Amino acid sequence: MAGKKEAAKSNVSREELLKYYREMLLIRRFEEKAGQLYGMGLIGGFCHLYIGQEAVVVGLEACTKEGDKRVTSYRDHGHMLACGMDANGVMAELTGREGGYSKGKGGSMHMFSRAKHFYGGHGIVGAQVPLGAGLAMADKYKGNDNVTFTYFGDGAANQGQVYETYNMAELWQLPVIFVIENNGYAMGTSVKRSTKSTTLFGRGLAYGIPGEQVDGMDVLAVKAAGEKAVAHCRAGNGPYILEMMTYRYRGHSMSDPAKYRTREEVEKMKAEKDAIEHVRDLLLTPGLASEEDLKAIDREIKDVVNASAEFAKESPEPSVSELYTDIYA
Amino acid sequence: MADREIMYRDALREAIDEEMAANAQVFIIGEGIAERGGSYKVTEGLLAKYGKKRVRDTPIAEAGMIGVGVGAAIAGARPIVEILYVDFAMLGMEMIVNQAAKFRLMTGGTGRVPFIMRTQGGTGGGVAAQHSQSLEALFYHIPGLKVVMPSTPYDAKGLLKYALRQDDPVMFLEHKHLYMTKGMVPEGEYVIEFGKADIKREGSDVTLIAWSNMVPRAMAAAAELAKDGISVEVVDPRTLSPLDTGTILASVAKTKRVVIVQEAVRRGGVASDIASIIQEQAFYDLDAPITIVAGLNTPIPFNLELEKASVPQVPDVVAAVRKVLHHDIPMAAE
Ligand SMILES: Cc1ncc(C[n+]2csc(CCOP(=O)(O)OP(=O)(O)O)c2C)c(N)n1
Ligand SMILES: [Mg+2]
Repeated sequence: MAGKKEAAKSNVSREELLKYYREMLLIRRFEEKAGQLYGMGLIGGFCHLYIGQEAVVVGLEACTKEGDKRVTSYRDHGHMLACGMDANGVMAELTGREGGYSKGKGGSMHMFSRAKHFYGGHGIVGAQVPLGAGLAMADKYKGNDNVTFTYFGDGAANQGQVYETYNMAELWQLPVIFVIENNGYAMGTSVKRSTKSTTLFGRGLAYGIPGEQVDGMDVLAVKAAGEKAVAHCRAGNGPYILEMMTYRYRGHSMSDPAKYRTREEVEKMKAEKDAIEHVRDLLLTPGLASEEDLKAIDREIKDVVNASAEFAKESPEPSVSELYTDIYA
Repeated sequence: MADREIMYRDALREAIDEEMAANAQVFIIGEGIAERGGSYKVTEGLLAKYGKKRVRDTPIAEAGMIGVGVGAAIAGARPIVEILYVDFAMLGMEMIVNQAAKFRLMTGGTGRVPFIMRTQGGTGGGVAAQHSQSLEALFYHIPGLKVVMPSTPYDAKGLLKYALRQDDPVMFLEHKHLYMTKGMVPEGEYVIEFGKADIKREGSDVTLIAWSNMVPRAMAAAAELAKDGISVEVVDPRTLSPLDTGTILASVAKTKRVVIVQEAVRRGGVASDIASIIQEQAFYDLDAPITIVAGLNTPIPFNLELEKASVPQVPDVVAAVRKVLHHDIPMAAE
């Protein structure tokens, strides 16, 4: 796994690196802003930030083509931004406004976009796993070569329905990539405290599903592994498992006192493994970009994020008559 | 012994603590209940007191942990399985509905399942469609399940202690809004038997039936109506199954008018069933149609205003009471 120091060289183009930098930074700044709005009482309910894990979705989105699908848990803001959903619509859903992706009725955990093939946004831990295989099943049924990225956490990996799904996905050779975002914790429970089988991708081997562990803090490693998995799936070889070793910097949700891990542990990850710093380094050290270039991007992103916050504050509250729409039975 | 004012969550903890101390067969498992003390702090301190064997964190695996609990209960242990949200209990419905509820009958009474599922439901604070449901009717529908919904710290403690001493599966449904509410609880030992409703406020004009978090709302409505000289009797069944129809019918015989309040969606709800029991058994006592104030038939929306509008609020209850009071069944012309 590449650390910050040794990573100053890569044969990736300046454009590609800048794209990763921009996309990861957008997620981070967006999430920081969401955290602020939460603190100001503008966002209620649950709010699970993705800060620290940005390389996972950004690296994998770089492997997708039009038509590919994605589905994830409640920790979904990053996935939505990475697949091209509009920051305004996401932020306005967080504030529960009419301009949000679910008209303010879904909230942070429940957003969808047909146009971007983003299928949520699920609050029941593990529920997206069979759903994701089902999305892939529909593609296989229709005879196209789309793949579905089904994201879930290390904690979700202990849900029984994951394994029923693995079995069917391999049996039916479904084009689904199971992406385990192993950030080390499920709320306050570390992986070690919830299973003796801590190499999570390995469980798929029992069902015949190939997989591997990936440095999920290194966007290039994520991209490389993603390409391999996508090639496997698109060629009709059935599912693939990517266990992304990653880390969330913030609490489980905004109301987490985080007593289950030390501040040193968090600081060490930030200092040694930060995904954005890594790409910064790859750009700056060989002179592919200047501090000025990156500052310009920072400013652009700040504008996008600030605009989304403004939009999310200005967008009207949904009318009470909305209680009677989108309900049919 | 003296009464003290404590919180609902503390009352629950005392019940578990006392019963664990009294009976070595009682143990508790759940997500984050041991080291973290539970999401609502109900189990705080129990790990230190009783150790890992009896206070155990589980992986996120509701179907499995409910099933394991049912199995342990069949073998004579007294497990409490804590499920963070009643919404998540849906993963374990197979074990609850097909196994736990039917075991005693299927074994001709030779098998018992002293299995307690503690969980919580209801709206509160914009936690959206998959974390806000009131699902008591699903359990209520199933013969073989006892359904308990305490509204006060006193009831919570007494009912949970009783649950841990009887031998059938209990769905112990708490409410996320109630954990921090306070009430008087005696220092000494007591239990509350199932099937005994509590008259939370005596009155003579209207019977207001409510449970769980609708009880405080019913009480607030009653207080408001009292200012206009309207005397409301608030009846809290406390356990929906078994249901204390005797207390309900006696109140109806006295007041002749009934409003039933439930947070759950109206359709197929417990309120409808209680209404059907009253009309069947006390039709000639009634001076007005039975009125139900319930949640709208919708998943709970995220937006706080919509959330609020989707479940009964105090003014809704007040309005319903006024309506049944001013409704008089016209006398048939003679
Ligand atoms: C079925 C179910 N059980 C429990 C929960 C409560 N819960 C929400 S998130 C979470 C932890 C999940 O951890 P993980 O899968 O590792 O994902 P992460 O939060 O780390 O992204 C738990 C226990 C839930 N939402 N659904
Ligand atoms: Mg995790």
